[in-house]
Amino acid sequence: MHEVDVVAVLADPVRRDLYEYVADAGHEVGRAEAADALGVARTLAAFHLDKLVGAGLLEVAHRRLTGRSGPGAGRPAKVYRVAVREHLASVPPRDYRGLAMLLAEAVEAVGAEEALKAAAQRVPADPREPAEVLAERGYRPYRDGGVMRSRNCPFRALSEEFPVLVCAMNHALIGALLGGGAQVRLDPRPGECCVVVENSKN
Amino acid sequence: MTDTHLAQLNVARPRAAMDDLQMADFKAALEPVNRLAEAAQGFVWRLTDGFGGDATTIRIAGGEIMVNLSVWESRDALWNFAYRSPHMDYLRRRREWFHQMAEPYQVLWWVPVGHRPTVAEAEDRLEAVRSQGPGPAAFTFRHFYPMEILTM
Repeated sequence: MHEVDVVAVLADPVRRDLYEYVADAGHEVGRAEAADALGVARTLAAFHLDKLVGAGLLEVAHRRLTGRSGPGAGRPAKVYRVAVREHLASVPPRDYRGLAMLLAEAVEAVGAEEALKAAAQRVPADPREPAEVLAERGYRPYRDGGVMRSRNCPFRALSEEFPVLVCAMNHALIGALLGGGAQVRLDPRPGECCVVVENSKN
Repeated sequence: MTDTHLAQLNVARPRAAMDDLQMADFKAALEPVNRLAEAAQGFVWRLTDGFGGDATTIRIAGGEIMVNLSVWESRDALWNFAYRSPHMDYLRRRREWFHQMAEPYQVLWWVPVGHRPTVAEAEDRLEAVRSQGPGPAAFTFRHFYPMEILTM
């Protein structure tokens, strides 16, 4: 499947809403839950969820949602989660990720990590609410007790190759974007963004 | 995966002596971070000097270079401790305490379960990455050699 075709699968509004719901859920989502959340029939939700799986945007697993097991527990239900693989479609073709990889390697080679952090710190603050600022940039923020965490790392591919460089930059960047009002610290968890925002108002 | 563990060595040249004020935050972090490592899923073993529970007195290259040597159950276990735990915040600050190194400073290699690598063995692996680049016997996260590939 060409990357443009993968992205095109999200053109259907129900499919896109289903994808967003699963991506924001923070847990594996069953068909019934997804259908109820969107207010559509279960067969329709199942059809679109499987289209998203076919395109590689979601992954599927089988779980017993009731907690029962053994004979009489019924068939395991299909549950869905976001696939890790990234899809980039650009018209005309562009490769900023490839460029970023080379630049990151150069930054490490010359030991310019502090310069990268300083550049991130110079990004102008966005005066809106932290959740809005991060959501717009694709972080998928969520409340977790008294702090805000984010389910998505917008720099994931790069952070897998240059974890310290990218997380240090991201920490500085979010601090700059949120301005003086929010306190940010690094507290990475597997599969999520590395930055935690404290004392946020919403 | 059950009969093989992942060993890692990283080396660092401190900016000052351990009792220097410049190293105070690093020194204070040693015990909690070591506890964090030991409690981490997939932790197997780490080198200590037999005095204070850390390895800060173990030096190579004429006493200038500090070593960090440990064994983990898998790549993900080591990765999640190193980069996806509170340990990352200390990595972020590493330039406050350690010099930038021009050469590779970290190496990974597979060891049989139960093996406790020596510093000399680990130095050989690091030297292999430095002189020949990553390979099946000594590699890095960026150029990783999964065990499944090596045994195929």
